Amino acid sequence: MTIKFGVVVFPGSNCDHDAYYALRKVLGYDVTFLWHKESDLQDCDALILPGGFSYGDYLRPGAIAKLSPIMNSVVSFANKGGVVVGICNGFQVLLESGLLPGILLRNDHLRFVCRDVFITPLNRNSIFTSEISSSPLQVPIAHGDGNYFADEETLKSLQDNNQIVFQYSSPEGIIAQEFNPNGSCLNIAGIQNKEGNVLGMMPHPERASDPALSKTDGAVVFKSIYHNLINRL
Amino acid sequence: MKEPKVTLNLAKEHGLTEEEYKRIYEILGREPNFTELGIFSVMWSEHCSYKNSIALIKTLPRSGGRLLVGAGEENAGLVDIGNGLAVAFKIESHNHPSAIEPYQGAATGVGGIMRDIFTMGARPIAALNSLRFGLPDDARTRFLLDGVVRGIGDYGNSFGVPTVAGEVYFDECYQGNPLVNAMGIGIVKTDQVVSAVAKGKGNKVMIVGSSTGRDGIHGATFASEEISEKSEAKRPSVQVGDPFTEKLLLEATLEIAKNGWAVGVQDMGAAGISCSTSEMSAKGESGMVIDLNKVPLRETGMSAYEIMLSESQERMLVVSKPGYEDKVKEVFDKWDLNCEIVGEVTDEKVLKISYQGELKAEIPPFELVLGGGAPVYHREWKKPEYIDELRKFVPNSLPFPIDIKETIERVFASPNIISKRWVYEQYDSMVRTNTIVGPGCDAAVILIKGLNKALAAKTDCNGRYVYLNPKEGAKIAVAESARNIICSGGIPLAITNCLNFGNPYKPDVYWQFKEAIEGMGEACRALNTPVTGGNVSFYNESPNAAVYPTPVIGMVGLIEDLESVTTSYFKDEGDVIYLLGEDFEEIGGSEYLKVIYNSVAGDSPRLDLATEKKLQDVLANLIGIRFIKSAHDVSEGGIICALAECCVINREKVMGAEVNISIRTREDFTFFSESQSRVIITTSEENQLLLEESIKSYGIPFSYLGKVTKENLKVNNRIEMETEKLSDIYHNTLGKIMEKKGE
Repeated sequence: MTIKFGVVVFPGSNCDHDAYYALRKVLGYDVTFLWHKESDLQDCDALILPGGFSYGDYLRPGAIAKLSPIMNSVVSFANKGGVVVGICNGFQVLLESGLLPGILLRNDHLRFVCRDVFITPLNRNSIFTSEISSSPLQVPIAHGDGNYFADEETLKSLQDNNQIVFQYSSPEGIIAQEFNPNGSCLNIAGIQNKEGNVLGMMPHPERASDPALSKTDGAVVFKSIYHNLINRL
Repeated sequence: MKEPKVTLNLAKEHGLTEEEYKRIYEILGREPNFTELGIFSVMWSEHCSYKNSIALIKTLPRSGGRLLVGAGEENAGLVDIGNGLAVAFKIESHNHPSAIEPYQGAATGVGGIMRDIFTMGARPIAALNSLRFGLPDDARTRFLLDGVVRGIGDYGNSFGVPTVAGEVYFDECYQGNPLVNAMGIGIVKTDQVVSAVAKGKGNKVMIVGSSTGRDGIHGATFASEEISEKSEAKRPSVQVGDPFTEKLLLEATLEIAKNGWAVGVQDMGAAGISCSTSEMSAKGESGMVIDLNKVPLRETGMSAYEIMLSESQERMLVVSKPGYEDKVKEVFDKWDLNCEIVGEVTDEKVLKISYQGELKAEIPPFELVLGGGAPVYHREWKKPEYIDELRKFVPNSLPFPIDIKETIERVFASPNIISKRWVYEQYDSMVRTNTIVGPGCDAAVILIKGLNKALAAKTDCNGRYVYLNPKEGAKIAVAESARNIICSGGIPLAITNCLNFGNPYKPDVYWQFKEAIEGMGEACRALNTPVTGGNVSFYNESPNAAVYPTPVIGMVGLIEDLESVTTSYFKDEGDVIYLLGEDFEEIGGSEYLKVIYNSVAGDSPRLDLATEKKLQDVLANLIGIRFIKSAHDVSEGGIICALAECCVINREKVMGAEVNISIRTREDFTFFSESQSRVIITTSEENQLLLEESIKSYGIPFSYLGKVTKENLKVNNRIEMETEKLSDIYHNTLGKIMEKKGE
């Protein structure tokens, strides 16, 4: 038995190939593309909603993608405990679909930003972080709408339930406002649902997986998923 | 709607001359009708016909090397990179639209160049851009820069191509007429290249992508005249971009290309359906019958004239292989795009356009196109008087700087030298996960997946040099871009050029153009980098004067082994620093002269092509044998700014250095001289002797400068520059200028 990943392709997804490449060519996992107009998840064990600009981000990032036929299957898969990761635009789709709480606002400086950032895992026991041996991770961000916002109550419940997975930090792991690239509440870079099977994150782990690009810190997110799923078999 | 009667005056209003109008009469054997006049006027505009430049452009080396198609034969140049792969690349201007509507002007510039790439079946893997503006202390300049950067970012980011390199220059001469040049690079399997040709009688002609509206009508004509107060009124000539549709168009087009279902594909940019139908037909020595009733429209009541001239973006013309029409349609349906059969190919060599049951145009396509019947002019030239006037400049008349340290900081803080981080962090520089070296180094390095190879790419031009000495300045632009490719570990393959000049009907301007082409040709021949094509943008004048002649070079190189990838910044404490090349204390046209004395005078630096070639060969060899830990060329700001850059470019690991620079005659001249063919390199201490021996054996001039440290930048035991401060100046100055509100 092996673990099969599925990368959902929406019109306007542009990190779909990157996620596919990182999973298959760099990490050697089984992976397939899932077209947004289909509803068959092809027996995938873990789903990736990739980055990009689904439907051009028109109306609101993720707002139209959540209506794609495949999202019905993704939501019921997630509700049955299936592993789902939304990266960047994928995170926005997960929020729009209600699989994760809160919203992503325009960056506080009102500009798109693309650069490497450091993220520190707050929850080290998550199925998305369990393989992390050294932190923080150096991973790129590339977004205009990555400013995570939720009301006080939601933020408190995120904290109480260990749902904050990654926070923006200094290279030494210090969480402070000056290392926050977009104005996110609590420096939030990634959160999971209460059950711990759905992760949304703004940084791009797939962009920091290939040794040929001299950046590999992101691969550990995929490795963690893989090992946790293998151990369940 | 009643069409206006065609007269000579109407032709002149369309930008045609009396002779051109007569020529149309001769070609058709009758008066053109209104639609035909419109088609001729856009096809014979400077923008589409290159009528005032093509005679000189043809003197450039346009074939040879690894070129798979000659310059101008296809939408973009195509260069063989081995392993069954080719790289397609091209640069194009979007100056005029960006001057009026910076956001959409720049955005559609990116869109247009990307279509040129994927039209050929190539997947775009990188975007670059070369931008020039007035001084950033001016509020309008900041508005333009802000809009252009957002436009480039929003389009490229959404489309999903990484913007990996470029340049931004500031000078008063670009105040009213900014330059916005966008370059695209793509990769294609050599057996999947799609040509922009229509042939095969009966083959179906399809229009795919966006529907057609009234936007951008006469955009090409607008780009072929000077910018004036009236230009604001031409804002409707600026097209509006939709990167999402372009992304879908890309995926659909590549599916068609991969399956080999198309005879030919051409994108629609300038002159829309007029250009794509006539160029594809002319290339295939065939004709077309087109029914404009079939064209999906986004507005009601459009006339044939408007449909033919619309520059609505994100459209392509596809000629499908017989029997594959349904397959093609299926692909476009899958991506939710229009795909309508609008006509078919004929063997008549005539373009017949009908609309609402009437024949609206009947023109031999060959007569419309560049290389066919489009006019070719040889313009008058005259050496401008300012050239000799400015050469009278006597450097030694300059006072000595009172405080050299402060002077260095001021020059280093020039917007032309500091990091463009504020700009490039707004671009996604990493999507597609091929970016090995992104913006901020000498050249970008892009991985070719599946191979142990990479591409290096760079754009370059110092307009001030070209202004002072067009021939030498153009040579330097080619040489410097090649030097940047070499510094990053690559071997230059070929160039594309974007020739931004003033009004070609002014003899002074045309002399600049002629001289620049000569210099460019010489350099391209000497450095084995043929010209794959490009773009000419004339009429870059604002109410005050022409811009500096700015022939931007976009160069692509090949890195045969990823181990050769080299970056520009200092790596480790104790590494030894050398300078390859020689200084001649040339400060004519320098950043120093401009920043400190507010003067643009003298002659440009000299460039000896034999010396340059030798330097590049030696450096390539040294990198090839893994002796080099960093390589950075000396350019604007001279050796002192180059050293400061080597210390601080890598913000995560700022280094220092202790160096001795031998002074020729004057300290300030030596520090800020912009003499060409010079590169700062470092190697580890244990390789020092081997490196020195190697360089000596090649017989090129070099000097030992000193060592990399973790302290400050110490020069000649006397001047100590705080690297932390230099880093702050370098990385934060532009952001501080740009985030200034109002004024």
